[in-house]
Amino acid sequence: MSDFPWLTALIVVPLVGALVTAVVPEPRRETALPKQVALGFSLVTAVLGIVIATQFHAGDGMQLTETHTWIEAFGVHYALGVDGLGLLMILLTVGLVPVVFLASWHEADGRNPAAFFAWALALQGFALCVFAATDVFLFYVVFEATLIPAYFLIGGFGREGRGFAALKFLMYQLGGGLVLLAAVIGLYVVSADAGTPSYLLSDLQQLDMSTAWERWLFVGFMIAFIVKAPLFPLHTWLADTTEKATPGTSVLLVCILDKIGTFGMLRFCLGIFPNASQWATPVVITLALISIVYGAFLAIGQDDILRLIGLTSLSHFGFITLGIFALTSQGGSGSILYMVNHGVGTAALFLLAGYLIKRKGTSLISEITGMEKRTPVLAGLFLVAGLATLGLPGLSQFVSEILVMIAAFDYHWWVGAVAVTGIVLAAVYVLWLYQRTMTGPSVPGDEGILDLGRRELVAVVPLLAALVVFGFFPQPMLDAVNPTVDSLLQHVGVSDDPPTVPAAEEGAH
Amino acid sequence: MYAFHEAGGIPVVDPSAADGVFGLLWLVIALPLAGAAVLLIGGRFTDRWGHLLGTALPIGSFAISVALFVSLLGRDDDKRQIGQHLYTWFETGHLDVGMDLLYDPLSALFLLLITGVGSLIHVYSIGYMAHDPRRRRFFGYLNLFVAAMLMLVLSENYLGLFLGWEGVGLASYLLIGFWQHKPTAAAAAKKAFVINRVGDMGLSLAIMLFFITFGSTSFTVISAGAGEASSTTVTILGLLLLLGACGKSAQFPLQAWLLDAMEGPTPVSALIHAATMVTAGVYLIVRSNFIFDLAPHAQTAVVVVAVISIFWGAWIGSSKDDIKKALAGSTMSQIGYMMLAAGLGVAGYAFAIFHLLTHGFFKANMFLGAGSVMHGMDDDVDMRHYGMVRKAMPVTYLTFGMGYLAIIGFPGFSGFWSKDKIIETALADNWLVGLCALLGAGVTGFYMTRLMLMTFFTDKRWEKGVHPHESPSVMTVPLMVLAALSVLGGVFLIGDWIVDFLAPVVGTPEHEDPPIPALAVTVLAVLVVAVGVAVAWLLVGRRDVPREAPQDVSFATRAGRNELYGNLINDTLVVNPGKHLTTALLATDKYAVDGVLTGGPVAVGALAGVARRVQNGYVRSYALSILLGAILVAAVLLAVNLR
Repeated sequence: MSDFPWLTALIVVPLVGALVTAVVPEPRRETALPKQVALGFSLVTAVLGIVIATQFHAGDGMQLTETHTWIEAFGVHYALGVDGLGLLMILLTVGLVPVVFLASWHEADGRNPAAFFAWALALQGFALCVFAATDVFLFYVVFEATLIPAYFLIGGFGREGRGFAALKFLMYQLGGGLVLLAAVIGLYVVSADAGTPSYLLSDLQQLDMSTAWERWLFVGFMIAFIVKAPLFPLHTWLADTTEKATPGTSVLLVCILDKIGTFGMLRFCLGIFPNASQWATPVVITLALISIVYGAFLAIGQDDILRLIGLTSLSHFGFITLGIFALTSQGGSGSILYMVNHGVGTAALFLLAGYLIKRKGTSLISEITGMEKRTPVLAGLFLVAGLATLGLPGLSQFVSEILVMIAAFDYHWWVGAVAVTGIVLAAVYVLWLYQRTMTGPSVPGDEGILDLGRRELVAVVPLLAALVVFGFFPQPMLDAVNPTVDSLLQHVGVSDDPPTVPAAEEGAH
Repeated sequence: MYAFHEAGGIPVVDPSAADGVFGLLWLVIALPLAGAAVLLIGGRFTDRWGHLLGTALPIGSFAISVALFVSLLGRDDDKRQIGQHLYTWFETGHLDVGMDLLYDPLSALFLLLITGVGSLIHVYSIGYMAHDPRRRRFFGYLNLFVAAMLMLVLSENYLGLFLGWEGVGLASYLLIGFWQHKPTAAAAAKKAFVINRVGDMGLSLAIMLFFITFGSTSFTVISAGAGEASSTTVTILGLLLLLGACGKSAQFPLQAWLLDAMEGPTPVSALIHAATMVTAGVYLIVRSNFIFDLAPHAQTAVVVVAVISIFWGAWIGSSKDDIKKALAGSTMSQIGYMMLAAGLGVAGYAFAIFHLLTHGFFKANMFLGAGSVMHGMDDDVDMRHYGMVRKAMPVTYLTFGMGYLAIIGFPGFSGFWSKDKIIETALADNWLVGLCALLGAGVTGFYMTRLMLMTFFTDKRWEKGVHPHESPSVMTVPLMVLAALSVLGGVFLIGDWIVDFLAPVVGTPEHEDPPIPALAVTVLAVLVVAVGVAVAWLLVGRRDVPREAPQDVSFATRAGRNELYGNLINDTLVVNPGKHLTTALLATDKYAVDGVLTGGPVAVGALAGVARRVQNGYVRSYALSILLGAILVAAVLLAVNLR
């Protein structure tokens, strides 16, 4: 069993699924068949993800590794592996896709639904490969490959103006990708100079490079990841994209694909350029803080629900990046946890907002009011997802947020003090959104609007359940990532500050 | 004896494992939590019996709380700290946060208050909310509140406390906005949450600083190490905790939400915005005694905030015609008294809690009484439309009267003992502060007498078609119980019981001879109150009360009606600048950031045009660019390799 290439299977199944879904013959294309096929493949992928989780042993480093030489001359390998970080990203990805499928069941009706589901599966396959890749070149290839399905999902299935949004998305991502490409090539130069060229992460981590090289390459990687995550000032594609894409697509983009940015910071920036990462912390932390506050203010000022949710993510990616570059155990583990929790919580928000917009026929907050009266279940679930987003303790995002803020405070007290304003701003954008859309008297014309149907409920309830469960029991996830973060910090060469007042001899409990 | 710090007599938290009946501790929280889950997830299926389940579960918690209390009394002083470890909440690096509970004399008293008064208010609500179509949901929220409040007072660390702290904030938000079809209620709910979040920044920062300083957020670890932290650190910690307390307890300058919170159903005002949640700030400070005892500057700040709040609230209470808002002003003022006592340190902690308990009885009593009056007056809250209600609602009148006598400090009633002790302690600490506390008692006498006269005495000023009637017994029985407690609440002080009982938590006060004999203080206080009552009688009782609020009033009245312009101040200093900043940032983002980085919409538009020209062939051009990219990569790699 253990020799079975589980990770390859995990990547191949959704890609095959994409092909099968795409080639469903013409008379059946407009039926539910392609959707059912896609859902089936996504469920098989989810089962594979769970199997991988059961075989995972926290603390054993990279596991389930597969290494095959791909292009020997360049030291390129098809190399996969999973550690705590990768595992959580994989589980997030395999968990969200079936949910998106269920929630978006009729989203693409009349517009070639088979294509929508096929592209989504392709996106999943590439994203899974990104999270499992332990060869930088392989990573780069699939990193770019994700753009193809993403581009078609945005451009093909959103609202009016989607073509422009898709193009803007693509330009930004290609720009980031180009910089990354240059850095990837540079990495080869350094590696080849040191002897045998190799793109294997494990080899690159041992590489001794000059300070200048390390910093230049770090900057190249970091710019690509800042576009992806995104952070201020490279974020302006985000709101345009989430506004025009379907909510399901936004989930795939913001909750899964954008995580590649912060994933890359941990995996490659800290992993390959530890000294440069330390060197860059002041700048990165400043950008993260600006993103937290700036994103929150922009979200407060939005009149489009989907833009608003997109911009809350700018604020949250600020938190995640802040945690990563604070370089402490709490920051590292907290940021990884944050990536999962943000994925789940924001997915719930996007999908529920999508349900709301479908009912009202508009996404403008100023045109929606008093919906709680008509759709109490939708309103209640939307509130829970919103409360998770604003970091209410008992829901999952809180634990990650407080861990990141503790790390920020540890870095410097004023960094913590700036970050903490995020909790007030988040309360404003979430509760004001709820107040404007859900509360107040019901308006004429809304009489025919029905509350959530069974399919819609089945899609989002698992997400909301996860918000509560992870809020009270986040420890299993932390158990998986703590060793990963420990070894990463060790690699960077930092250790946590001891408390100012050492604990009494008897200890806490 | 209990373990003491080397410096000073501050007790440390050092609980023993829960055994016997104490093993049931978690169940106190779990019962109402389960109620909330069943009622809120169960939906309409629970409509018929939801309110009964929702009432039975807090009563179950009360029964366990009594059993625990009796067992605690059976233990020696030094064995009255019991800890229960449920599970590890989260752990990373050397941060280890447990779902740990701490049952000690302080939490024991809170348990009785929360579950006892809470159960009575649940019973009352069966009647009060009988005709509300969403009654089941109301009980779900109330259960959620009780569970969160219990978590707040039972947690053994600041993060668990914060869980309860935000939980009660959520319940408060949901219940203020319970009638959310009313835009005012929805706005009030959001306002309460957001202002509380400002306070929460303080508590959050305190949690971070606790971890940085002590490597833990557990009371056990922090109380043991507090003596070794620098005085700057403990002072900052104290101030941060005070900021949190100001938000939750509606103390100056974070008080503006409490008046609006009266939009919620009246049982909510009684339970959350009078008896329990708003006193959480006082709990936080008393619980953190191991910090405040070492931070005299922070204690001074607490006293200053408290004195301002005493008068701020009393001023509002004196000018409002809305019975609930007048009571809310009074709540802010009375919590000011508790904060004052807490700010006085070891000498005052026990009296802060004592006043918190008696206030919980008499203010819950009066809020429910006000609800009963509103019930009879078709939900009118304007006291200018009341008058002579005592004839129509004798039970409500009599029970409310007990609360009234208690709050003004009529000799023998519960509030008399608790407020007297605070004035006495304040005078012993600082004559100016003591004088303020004394004056505040006089103002209390004034505004409560005004409220009492306008409602139950003076001429009938009822609206047409209003026929007040006594409320059903499901509402009056809780009133009677609370009235009895309002009268008898002073028993906690017999033989200084509450001081000795809380000593293992907050330490034993030193016995100093007060500058003025205690009896003289008491007589003085009663005289000052009598003056306040007399002034109210002259200004309200002996004159006709106009049905419309007169407009040619003094600045003091106008300011009081406008809540001392608290909203105006907030709007000017925070809300409007925030709006301008948002607008400015939106423009910056659109024109500067996006403009520069996207090369302006024009550039992208041009690109789009190019793309369109290739026969809408996005696919082809993209595939081409990838191919070009791949060739480029291969070429560069080869070039490097062939060097």
